[in-house]
Amino acid sequence: MSFFWTIAALVVLLAVSWRYLGSYMAAVYEGRVAYLGWLERPVYRALGVDPDAEQTWQRYAGALVVFSGVAILVTYVLIRVQGSLPVNPQHLGAVPPALSWNTAVSFVSNTNWQNYAGESTMSYLSQMAALTVQQFVSASVGIAVAIALTRGFSRKGSPTIGNFWVDLVRGVFYILLPIAFVAGLVYVGQGAVQTLAGPATIHNALTGTTQVVPRGPVGFMESIKQLGTNGGGFFNANGSHPFEDPTGVTLFLSFFLLLSIPFSLTYTFGKMVGSLRQGAALLAAMAIIFGVWVGFSSYAESRPNPAVAAAHVVHQPQGNMEGKEVRFGPLPTALYNISSTQTSTGSVAGANDSFTPMGGFGLLTGMALGEVTPGGDGSGLYTILLFALVAVFLGGLMVGRTPEYLGKKIQAKEVKLATFGVLVMPVTVLVLTAIAVSIHAGRAGPANAGPHGFTEILYAFTSQGNNNGSAFAGLSGDSTFYNVTGGIAMLLGRFAVIVPSLALAGVLAAKNVVPAGLGTFKTDTPLFTGLLIGVILILGGLTFFPAVSLGPVVEQLSHGKLF
Amino acid sequence: MLAHLRRSFVASIIFLAICGLAYPLAGTGVSHLLFEHQANGSLTADGSTLIGQTWKSPMWFEGRPDGTVLTTGPGGIVVSGTNQPGPRSKALEQAVAKQAAALEKKGIVPTNDLVTTSGSLLDPDISPADAYAQVDAVASARGLPVGAVRRLVAKYIRPKELGFLGADHIDVLELNLGLARLR
Repeated sequence: MSFFWTIAALVVLLAVSWRYLGSYMAAVYEGRVAYLGWLERPVYRALGVDPDAEQTWQRYAGALVVFSGVAILVTYVLIRVQGSLPVNPQHLGAVPPALSWNTAVSFVSNTNWQNYAGESTMSYLSQMAALTVQQFVSASVGIAVAIALTRGFSRKGSPTIGNFWVDLVRGVFYILLPIAFVAGLVYVGQGAVQTLAGPATIHNALTGTTQVVPRGPVGFMESIKQLGTNGGGFFNANGSHPFEDPTGVTLFLSFFLLLSIPFSLTYTFGKMVGSLRQGAALLAAMAIIFGVWVGFSSYAESRPNPAVAAAHVVHQPQGNMEGKEVRFGPLPTALYNISSTQTSTGSVAGANDSFTPMGGFGLLTGMALGEVTPGGDGSGLYTILLFALVAVFLGGLMVGRTPEYLGKKIQAKEVKLATFGVLVMPVTVLVLTAIAVSIHAGRAGPANAGPHGFTEILYAFTSQGNNNGSAFAGLSGDSTFYNVTGGIAMLLGRFAVIVPSLALAGVLAAKNVVPAGLGTFKTDTPLFTGLLIGVILILGGLTFFPAVSLGPVVEQLSHGKLF
Repeated sequence: MLAHLRRSFVASIIFLAICGLAYPLAGTGVSHLLFEHQANGSLTADGSTLIGQTWKSPMWFEGRPDGTVLTTGPGGIVVSGTNQPGPRSKALEQAVAKQAAALEKKGIVPTNDLVTTSGSLLDPDISPADAYAQVDAVASARGLPVGAVRRLVAKYIRPKELGFLGADHIDVLELNLGLARLR
C-alpha cells in the first residue's frame, strides 16, 4: 500500500514539474529569463562570445565536440595528478592511465560508468573539481542538443540553430545549479555526509572494535548526480550507501530528481514547437513503456531470490532482500533502479547484480530500448525524436506518401540521419559484447558463472553504449580491455548520436513548413503514440532479443538450477 | 577550430571554479551551519548511526551479515558494495545456509534480512521482525526479562518516513546503545 502512495506522490510531483519546469526551461532557452545576467555576461566576455550571434549546425557541433574533447583531457589530467594536489586527506595516489581514460570519457559523456571504488580511489578534490563539474556540464550539453533539435522543428528557413556556448552556460546557471543546491541541502539534512575532513576513526567501546568511516563532500554531488542523470556516486555502493541515500525521503527525492528533467523536456519541446499536444504524444510513449517496466520489475523483486530460497532456511515475505537495504525494501529499490536505468542515470539503491532474473531483465532491456523512456537529460528527447522520424517514415510508407513531422517534409536525408542515430548504439553494444565473449581478456571479467556471467558482460556494454553507467557490478571492469573498449562504447553512444542529431537540426531548420493537408499523418494522436511505442519496442526487441535470451531469459527458465 | 579550442579551455576553467569549487564549498559551508551533526557523518562516540557495524557477541542485537564479506581499503577504510552474488549463485546459497546455521546456534530463528547481505555492505538497520527474532537470545544472554527487551525494541522502531516512504526499520547501533542502558 505504501508503494502505491509512493507511486501516486511521484506521478503528482512529476506532473507539476512537467508543466512548470517544462515551461521554465523553454523560457531559459528562448532567452526570456535573465535574472542571472550579472553572472552570465562576464562568462561570455571571458569566452569571447557574442550571446546574440547564432551558429550553423556545423559550428554548433564543432564547438560541442571540441569542448567535450577538452573536458576529457582536463578530467584525465586532474585525476592522473591528484596525488600532488591538495584536498586529499587519504593521500590517494594517481589513478592509473587506462582507468583514468575510462573515467574521463565516462563523466564527460554523461555515462558515469565507474571501474573504481570512489572511497578508495578518488581524492576529495577529484570528486569535486574533476567529476562533479562534468556532472553539471555533460547534462547541460545533452539538454543543449535537445533544444537545438527542437529549434530545427520550430524554425522556418533558418540557417542557424542557436549558440552552443549560450545554451551550455544557461543550462548550468539557470537550471542545474539552483535545483542541485537546494536538493543538496535536503540530502545533507537527511544524513548525507558533506565535509572536507578525512575519514573518521571510531572505537566502539561496546564491542571493542575500531572502524574507519569514509567521509567526503557527498551530499551536493548526490543532488547533481541525480538531477543531471549522471549516476556516478561518491562511494562504490552508490545510492545504497547510507551516506549517499540515508532515508526513504532521499530515496524519493532521488527518483523524482532523475526523472524530472527528461520528462519535462517534452513539455519544453511542445511549447517551443507551438503545440503542447505534440509534446504530450512523446510523453505518453515514454510514460507507457516506463510504467510497464516499473510494473513487472517491481513485481519480480517482490518475489523470492532463487538462490536464497534454495537454501531452505528462511521465508522471504518482503521479496528479494539480497543486495538491498532494510530502510528501503525491495519495491522502492526496484522503482529507483528502474528509473535510473531508463533515464541513462545509472545510480542504484541496491545491487543490480543480485536482482531476480526478471528484475535484471527489466534493468537491461530498459537500457537496450535506447534510453528514450524518458532517457537522460536532453539525450532522451533527441533520441526519441530520431525514433519519431523513423515512425513517421514507416507511416508514410504505409500510406505511400512523403511523410511530414511538424510540417517539415521528412525526405531521404533526414531518414538516413535518424536511422544512423538509432542504429549506432545496438551495433556498438552487440559487436563489443561479441568481442568480449570471444577473447580471454573479456571472459576473465565476470564474477558469476553460467548465464549470469554472460549477462554481466552484455550489461556492461549496453550500459556504456547507452551512457547509462549502472552495472552488474560483479564484473571486474578495471582491466585494460574493459577500460579501453568501454571508453569507445561511451564515446560512440554519445557523440555518434549527437552529431547526426545536430545535422538533422540544421537540415530541418533550413526547411520551410508545408501546411497540413487531408493526407497528413497526425503526430499528436494516440495512434501516433502507439506507432512510436511499436517502433521503439520492435527495434529494441529485434536487435537485442537473441542476446538477452542467452542471459536473463535462460537464467529465469533454469528452474532449480544454480551456477 | 582555434577559437573553439581557446573557448573550450576558458569554459573548462570557469566551470571548474563555479561547479567544482564554489558549489561544493558553499554547500559544505551552509551544511555545517544548518546540519552540523549530519554533515559530519551522524557520529556518536561508538560509531556513525548510518554506518553498520559487526556485533558478534550474543550480548548485542546483531545486524545483517555484511561484515562477513566487507573489505577494507587504504588506511583501513571500509569499502562499500563489493559483494555482488547473482540470483542463481551457488555461493549465495551456501553463504545463506552458513549464516542461518550460525544464527540457530545462538538460538535465533533466521529471518530474510539476517541471512542476506545488503547492497552497501554497511546497512545500519534491521527490520522490526529481525529484532524481535533476537529478543529471546539477547534477554537470556543478559539475564534480562524478555518483556523489557521486547519493549525496548518497540521503542526504537523508526516508521516509514511520512508514513509511506521506505520501510520500517531499527538502527542497530541506537538499539544496542539503548540496550546498554537497560537495567
